[in-house]
Amino acid sequence: MSMLEVRGVTKKFGSLVAVNDVTLTVEPGELRAIIGPNGAGKTTFFNLITGFFPPTAGRMFLEGRDITNVTATDRVAMGMARTFQITEIFPELTIRENIRIAAESAMGLRMKAWMSGSDTARVNDRIDEMLVATRLTAQADRLVGELSHGDQRSAEIAMALALRPRILLLDEPTAGMGEQETFQVAGLIRRLHRHANYTIVLIEHDMRVVFNLADRIMVLTEGTLLAEGTPQQIADNAAVQAAYLGAAA
Amino acid sequence: MSATTISAAPSRTAKPKLHLLIIWAALLTAPAWMGYIGGYDALASRILVFGLAAMGLNLLLGFTGVMSFGHAAYFGLGAYGAGFVLRYWVHSTPLAILCGILLGTVAGVVFGALMMRRTGMYFAMLTIAFGQICYYVAYSWNSVTGGYDGLRGFQRAPLDLGFTVLNIRDNGVLFYYFVLAIFAVCTALMGLLLRSPLGRTMIAIRENPRRARFLGINVERHILISFAISTFFTSVAGALYALLNNFADPTSLYYVISGNIVIMAVMGGMLNFWGPLLGAAIFVTLQDYISSMTVNWMSWIGIIFVAIVLFFPSGVLGFLRRRSASK
Repeated sequence: MSMLEVRGVTKKFGSLVAVNDVTLTVEPGELRAIIGPNGAGKTTFFNLITGFFPPTAGRMFLEGRDITNVTATDRVAMGMARTFQITEIFPELTIRENIRIAAESAMGLRMKAWMSGSDTARVNDRIDEMLVATRLTAQADRLVGELSHGDQRSAEIAMALALRPRILLLDEPTAGMGEQETFQVAGLIRRLHRHANYTIVLIEHDMRVVFNLADRIMVLTEGTLLAEGTPQQIADNAAVQAAYLGAAA
Repeated sequence: MSATTISAAPSRTAKPKLHLLIIWAALLTAPAWMGYIGGYDALASRILVFGLAAMGLNLLLGFTGVMSFGHAAYFGLGAYGAGFVLRYWVHSTPLAILCGILLGTVAGVVFGALMMRRTGMYFAMLTIAFGQICYYVAYSWNSVTGGYDGLRGFQRAPLDLGFTVLNIRDNGVLFYYFVLAIFAVCTALMGLLLRSPLGRTMIAIRENPRRARFLGINVERHILISFAISTFFTSVAGALYALLNNFADPTSLYYVISGNIVIMAVMGGMLNFWGPLLGAAIFVTLQDYISSMTVNWMSWIGIIFVAIVLFFPSGVLGFLRRRSASK
């Protein structure tokens, strides 16, 4: 069964068709990249998948279950975690506290006004695990707002991972980063994919990152699906070269 | 650290402990020194009552980041609930407080659930509207509430502990310590709450509601919970207010009181746990002094409030904290 299936999804804002009849299937363990010029509807497409707003038409399925009318919050409970193009974290809290909020949420402790020792230990274990996975242990007790952009991104990914997602959606994880930071975050995504076997969908501008990491790539232009295939197929695709790579060159 | 430092986060310094020592030493010895600065026992009790109301509101305002301009409703219902018991039912102070809390909190849960359908400005308007409904009911229902004159003809009952009777009815100092004991329990509960997952959820919603939603947190539901908890503490304060005055009147439900409670929280510093208490102390004391000199006391409070907001945007306690942190 596919991890994620999007069937003919359309999103209109008034007369503007931001996403037009796009279909996508992501298999378990796959790393899928979504590319396309600015304004191609990539983030809108992401927002549809994660339930930020409802589609005008089309249906979506997570592991076979119809999630079209499921709220964003409930999609998280079903195993969908995302990060944002502009990092969304709790800047006035430490990394540890940021992850703690995510971990407690995922463990269903949200409503609790007190915690047993074993719950606390379970939460702390998961926080430590996420810190190790994202290599943030040394900065764990610093305020997130004080960190470098790359570390903030890693912290946001750590929060998403603390939810124990079935599928991870990353919106431009290397946006606005220098060489060093891009390398750091790309390395993290590679480890999550290759070693931890996460299913990942990511929007990305940096073509080196995309062609290095992705199993399959989908190309969006002006809200429509232009092409879909392996990195090699996409690189060789004349339409993509003309519409996207050519335009960028 | 910026002005929005979170006092609920685990402290990494010993400084907050010093705060606690000063606050509790001042509160415990208040009856001894209030007289020297022109105060009196009832004034000290009033500071605690409004401090508790403002701290209760602040769970919502400062720690969840949601506005309410209608908390007088729960304050006033707490007062009437306590008054009804003493006036119509039994001569029992604990029962009066319990019923005050019950009336205020049930109203908080019901109104909160109805208001939760709207957010932002509309929510804030609804909080006022529901508050005013309570006011007009108390104002108009003469036969039960005493109408404009308020509910009178009751007195708080001495506290029978079995082995001894505490005469909180006639002894103002004793009553102050009774209020202080309840205040202590309430602040301990609030402190524990803010250190719990539920408290962290509230802070998460304040800090970034969108992130919270995408961490699987049901934001609306948790705002409702926060609202209900905050009305609980505000109605405790209201019940104590009725006991303090030995009457409950419609102005305790009026939106002006809601505004005053917000002013207290903002003046003291709503991002600090103890800020609203300090704000209440400043507000209530100023009100007492200035109103003895001029009937226009509200304009003076207004000027002072504007000055504090302009010059100490994080409140008086926020300002003091930052200064001590930068030293």
